[in-house]
Amino acid sequence: MGALMREDAMVPEAEFRSYYGQPVIKAPVWHEPHMPVYLYLGGLSGAASVMAALAGLTGRDRLALTARVTAAVGATIGAGFLTAELGRPERFLNMLRVFKPTSPMSMGSWILTAHSGLTTIAAASAVAAALPAATSKITTTLPAASAITALLPAAGDAAVLATAVTGSLMATYTAVLLADTAVPAWHEAHRELPFLFAGSALASAGAAGMLATPRVEAGPARAVAALGAVMETTAGAVMERRLGLVGEPYQLGRAGRLMRAARVLTAGGGLLATVAGRSRTLTALSGLALTAGSLCVRFGALEAGRLSAADPKYTVVPQRQRLEAGKPASVPAQP
Amino acid sequence: MAERMGFFTDTSICIGCKACEVACKEWNDVPDDGFVFRATSYDNTGSLGANTWRHVAFIEQQRPVRQAGGQSQGQAGSQDQSQEQAGHGQVSSQGQGQDQSQEQAGQGQAGQVSGQGQGQADGPGPDSIERWLMSSDVCKHCTHAACLDVCPTGALFRTEFGTVVVQEDICNGCGYCVPACPYGVIDRRERDGRAWKCTMCYDRQLGGLEPACAKACPTDSIQFGPLDELRLRAEERVERLHEEGRPEARLYGASPDDGVGGDGAFFLLLDEPEVYGLPPDPVVTTRDLPTMWRWAGGAAVSLVGAMAVSFVAESIVEKVTGRAGARGSHRGSVREALRTIDRGQSGHGAVVREALKMVDRGRTGTRGSHRGWGR
Ligand code: SF4
Ligand code: SF4
Repeated sequence: MGALMREDAMVPEAEFRSYYGQPVIKAPVWHEPHMPVYLYLGGLSGAASVMAALAGLTGRDRLALTARVTAAVGATIGAGFLTAELGRPERFLNMLRVFKPTSPMSMGSWILTAHSGLTTIAAASAVAAALPAATSKITTTLPAASAITALLPAAGDAAVLATAVTGSLMATYTAVLLADTAVPAWHEAHRELPFLFAGSALASAGAAGMLATPRVEAGPARAVAALGAVMETTAGAVMERRLGLVGEPYQLGRAGRLMRAARVLTAGGGLLATVAGRSRTLTALSGLALTAGSLCVRFGALEAGRLSAADPKYTVVPQRQRLEAGKPASVPAQP
Repeated sequence: MAERMGFFTDTSICIGCKACEVACKEWNDVPDDGFVFRATSYDNTGSLGANTWRHVAFIEQQRPVRQAGGQSQGQAGSQDQSQEQAGHGQVSSQGQGQDQSQEQAGQGQAGQVSGQGQGQADGPGPDSIERWLMSSDVCKHCTHAACLDVCPTGALFRTEFGTVVVQEDICNGCGYCVPACPYGVIDRRERDGRAWKCTMCYDRQLGGLEPACAKACPTDSIQFGPLDELRLRAEERVERLHEEGRPEARLYGASPDDGVGGDGAFFLLLDEPEVYGLPPDPVVTTRDLPTMWRWAGGAAVSLVGAMAVSFVAESIVEKVTGRAGARGSHRGSVREALRTIDRGQSGHGAVVREALKMVDRGRTGTRGSHRGWGR
């Protein structure tokens, strides 16, 4: 594996010693497709809920409906993927027995719980309003339900406002989740990763809005998609430039192919979004390209983390350089 | 909390017998590691993991042999090879070969290879082993333990002995601790879906016994005791080795000022830490957590901002391009009418025409079909 990666190395070879070339740290054990798909769905759901809130505030009801449903579906399926990823899925709730600010996974499970609950309420109220006939049928056969349906619109509006907060966290906390590890390609990227993921989330939510809303109403979704593509592309470029050697895994092997595919798909999809206008074909092409690009970023980031952990170079060389520069790591009294 | 207990592993007297590995497996009922023959050295287990809580690293070092011109032997090959040689304590040549290899020869082999010519072109063959390094590796029971910090279930906890232990009945196998550990110690056992690592024999300690590995070690390479005492003893040991002409002896993980606040299990090494598979300057990842959250917060705000910009920009575009005639009419009615248009465009041409007429007439008080947002 080591030999393969070196063939297309872009940074001059670094001198380092190791224990028979073995990794120093353990590679992330997270599986494909569970983890990257969860990262994608979390971002999609998070950005979609912010879109739902803004669409509501500006009176774009049809887009708001799409966004609310996207947010709820994304959060629910995402939670499923996250649970399936656990070694012991039946113990998912163990994560809700503590509230631990030092653990992004703990904070994330609380954010996800709040977010999926709120998006479900928001989506339920929107769907109920969109289908008045069905609602009235339920309330006539089930009188008790009428009290709930009467409350739904207000609850839904309040919930969607709250999801604007949980949603923006949902789309970005996953970057902290990756960065808060010893994996060099993730940890050192803790500045750009949140922007990479936020951009990717915007692009994917914009794409969903474009694909599932009548085109005349999807104007803001197209703008969101284009802006998201710009943010994602910029963050990715800045990250690879700033990281140097440690960022190499994002350019090598399968991770590199995924990241390059993401860049092409996202840039292409973003450009198309600006000109898609009311064309059905262009809208579909753009939406699908952005969705694929967003997925590629998450698969690529996971794979880059694995590569980064598997080659001792990325662990040893920066630490050695730190020591040789006379700047060994230290921890402030209490982290 | 009782006194903080620890391990001092003095690798200078380790004989690589692996009694510690076996004792650990016996006492803690740790499953087998898979019986893999690695063909690199007399290392049977390769690395620490869910099923290896003590790992005896075994390093066969050859004396650096340089050919004329400062090229290390065998350098023609790929980088992989040079990495391999680096693992054997040799030096890869590119650029800085000469100085470094001399320095390392002086450092690494002091007291063992005396009087060998440093610059000679021909030396021992490739299979001439100059020295063996052996070291029994283990969980470091860090002062600032990343695994413990990031565990979302509270399965990992700090015991009254200052050690770090996983509670197997709580762990849900999220796997977060695995890439968080800067030493690559803890791992998920896929067979039962949970994370496992050294407990420093928490159960034995509770019963007043020393951990199984320390008990079994025939040379006292593994010493167990109160951490403060161990640190003093280790300092003395290093000094004595230096006096005996072994300047390469150094402590690893003993300083409370390092990136993890010091290890509860620290080592005396005879070469650079990375030669043993240890990170030369580890740092607890959560040290940077506040910074990480700040950047994530910035990204979250940017996300909301980008979203808002998109909606505002779209509204402006709609106003400018689609409804240029509307400009100059009464403000309130324009906005209201625009909303009506927006909604009407999904197919109700009549509503649009009606709304445009209203805009043109500049009538106030136009009521659209707006029923409140989002529903
Ligand atoms: S971070 Fe690693 S070395 Fe430190 S206590 Fe946890 S498992 Fe052990
Ligand atoms: S795998 Fe278990 S011990 Fe490790 S972080 Fe997750 S819950 Fe905690």
